[in-house]
Amino acid sequence: MENLTKISVEQCCIYYKIELSFIQKLDQHGLISLISSGEGAFISYEQLNDLEKYIHFHYDLEINMEGIETVMHLLERIKKLQQEVKTLRNYG
Amino acid sequence: MDYIDYYKVLGVGKNATPDEIKKAYRKLARQHHPDLNPNDPAAGKLFQQINEANEVLSDPEKRKKYDQYGKDWKNAEQFEEARRQQQQSAYTGGNPFGGQAGYYSSDDDGDFSDFFASMFGDQGRSRGGRQSHFKGQDLRATLQLNLSEAYTTHKQTFTINGKNIRITIPAGVENGQEIKIKGYGADGANGGPKGDLYIRVEIKNNTAFIRKGNDLYLTVLLDLYKAILGGEEMIQTMSGKVKLNIPPETQNGKKVRLKGKGFPIYKKEGTFGDLYVTFDVQIPKNLTEREKELFWQLAKESKK
Repeated sequence: MENLTKISVEQCCIYYKIELSFIQKLDQHGLISLISSGEGAFISYEQLNDLEKYIHFHYDLEINMEGIETVMHLLERIKKLQQEVKTLRNYG
Repeated sequence: MDYIDYYKVLGVGKNATPDEIKKAYRKLARQHHPDLNPNDPAAGKLFQQINEANEVLSDPEKRKKYDQYGKDWKNAEQFEEARRQQQQSAYTGGNPFGGQAGYYSSDDDGDFSDFFASMFGDQGRSRGGRQSHFKGQDLRATLQLNLSEAYTTHKQTFTINGKNIRITIPAGVENGQEIKIKGYGADGANGGPKGDLYIRVEIKNNTAFIRKGNDLYLTVLLDLYKAILGGEEMIQTMSGKVKLNIPPETQNGKKVRLKGKGFPIYKKEGTFGDLYVTFDVQIPKNLTEREKELFWQLAKESKK
């Protein structure tokens, strides 16, 4: 079952046309966490949405790792604020 | 279908160099990329236009064609032909609650404009290296419910991309709440997982109640004489009529709490918020001479 919910880093690089070093850097910066097993490194399906975001940021918008970290932090804050606004509107 | 000024979209002059176009595109893309503007459909639309403009102006061949025919595109026969052949397929979502249920893909590179299709054809788009995916795209849908409908649990069937999806919207769902349905997005590629479906619930208030969280608020007009002398008042709650005892000398603006007569609490079946009733005492109008006289008497009596 486990194999069905993760993809190897190599395959990921082929499908998304990205470099291995990009994924390694994301892992080093703690933006994704690779699963290591005897067969190599894998990315869980749950992290694919984030990975696709990082790909857009890096390859389409030319944002570096530090920029991506900052953007993700701010996006998290936006999400919390939007949630708060929603709550205030519904309870206000 | 209108002419689109791609130079204006990117904010560059007609003589812009490829470098200037690239720079302008990146700057705008960084501002309006949907990934940077969560829950903002307007940004997604704008980003699409920016992408389209870049697609045309960054490709020497397309740019040449656009510059050449641009404004006169309607006169160019081949474009007209292409336009006739071009077909837009519109999604039509299910309509489970009598309200509107529209949905759209969260895909960053959605459909280009009719104008683009008419000039370059459906195949005109170059699918860049970044378009290949593994996981299927997430789909987002908006479901409109009336407040009275959100009061009860609904089991409904949704039709999305020809697939029937049975969903349960539990009673007490909040306005703006998002329900994630795993695996009901677009198909993945290369054996990848399917995307997810997110249904955002928008609740319209079609009642006299004001909802604040799980509690409901209602203003009830109260006759002056009943407020002074006391009596009974029938009140409409979400779960039916309730007889309220009005004590004598009830003050204007008095609030009473009806426990458990509020809105159902989400996913806590059988539990409800409270209903707060505020009385708005009505001062009588168009008094008869006799009534005025009696009020004068009352006024004198109260000064004694």
